[in-house]
Amino acid sequence: MAGQNQRLTVVPTVAMLGVVKARFVGATRGHALLKKKSDALTVQFRQILKKIVNTKESMGEVMKTSSFALTEAKYVAGENIKHIVLENVQNASLKVRSRQDNVAGVKLPKFEYFTEADTKNDLTGLARGGQQVQQCRAAYVKAIELLVELASLQTSFLTLDEAIKTTNRRVNALENVVKPRLENTISYIKSELDELEREDFFRIKKIQGYKRREIERQLAASKQLNEEQFSEKVSLQKGISHNLLSAGEKDEDIIF
Amino acid sequence: MANRAQIRTNNSALIAMIADEDTVVGFLLAGVGNVDLRRKTNYLIMDSKTTIKQIEDAFKEFTSREDIAIVLISQYVANMIRFLVDSYNKPIPAILEIPTKDHPYDPAHDSVLSRVKNLFSVESVASGSR
Repeated sequence: MAGQNQRLTVVPTVAMLGVVKARFVGATRGHALLKKKSDALTVQFRQILKKIVNTKESMGEVMKTSSFALTEAKYVAGENIKHIVLENVQNASLKVRSRQDNVAGVKLPKFEYFTEADTKNDLTGLARGGQQVQQCRAAYVKAIELLVELASLQTSFLTLDEAIKTTNRRVNALENVVKPRLENTISYIKSELDELEREDFFRIKKIQGYKRREIERQLAASKQLNEEQFSEKVSLQKGISHNLLSAGEKDEDIIF
Repeated sequence: MANRAQIRTNNSALIAMIADEDTVVGFLLAGVGNVDLRRKTNYLIMDSKTTIKQIEDAFKEFTSREDIAIVLISQYVANMIRFLVDSYNKPIPAILEIPTKDHPYDPAHDSVLSRVKNLFSVESVASGSR
């Protein structure tokens, strides 16, 4: 991998080793925390997924009921009820408010519907079929309730999806890039420090050896000097006569 | 996380609709319809004369409006502008595909459900529904 032999460009000193080690500890802790966060989000994600699938299935049923209620209303109140409804639209009485849920630091939107003012369609179907129209209205309000729930689930799904991706990206970045790099830096600094220590040790040994040799040489020299002096002295004491004698005997310059 | 859309916590938002007449009438009866000062509605009624361009414009308008939290869209309408629906990936407003009377609901076409199926195998989704 590319990140395998990478390391930070640092000066290999003991102080720097401490700094990098602290960063490594931080990265490890951050990695563990993010991993936990990712797990918590995934649990939530799966729950939401299951709920979405369930709600989508039941949505078909609810829509069928409400469609049927509308058909009933049309049958009883006449086709032209839709024109009345379309003409009566002014301000929405059924609205949605959103609030936030917090799951492991991720803000999830939650929708809930509420009716603001009393509906304008109160008098719709006053002539005939009022009962059916009100039933139809109730059926559609129920459908809205389900759809709003589904919408908040779906929004949470998308938000969580995004959040999980981001978190996993961070986890992987920490695991595969930041941590190996810091590890490499630490081992690099350690090896450099070891190298320095070995060099120092070697140099000290070398100097020690040099000094010892020097001392030995001096000792030897002084010993030799001593011996020479001693022998000279001895030979001086008893050797002068001897020397003179022998010189007298062996002198070849003497002719006679 | 900075690029994620900020979730608004406004206290009242609308539900927009793109659907056939019956579905829209039903939801209007429930009271979701809104007409603003410039006579702009928060719903689009699909009939045989509605062009794809109109649907696209309505979809783009509804998804970019600040006061809309949910967009309900009939599935057969969504199929017409599938590329737009699929490329839409913001959390708010939420796009919901709803079944209509004439067109049975097909979960395979749903943009969210298809994404769900990308994540898990078909079996797990099917077993999760049970």
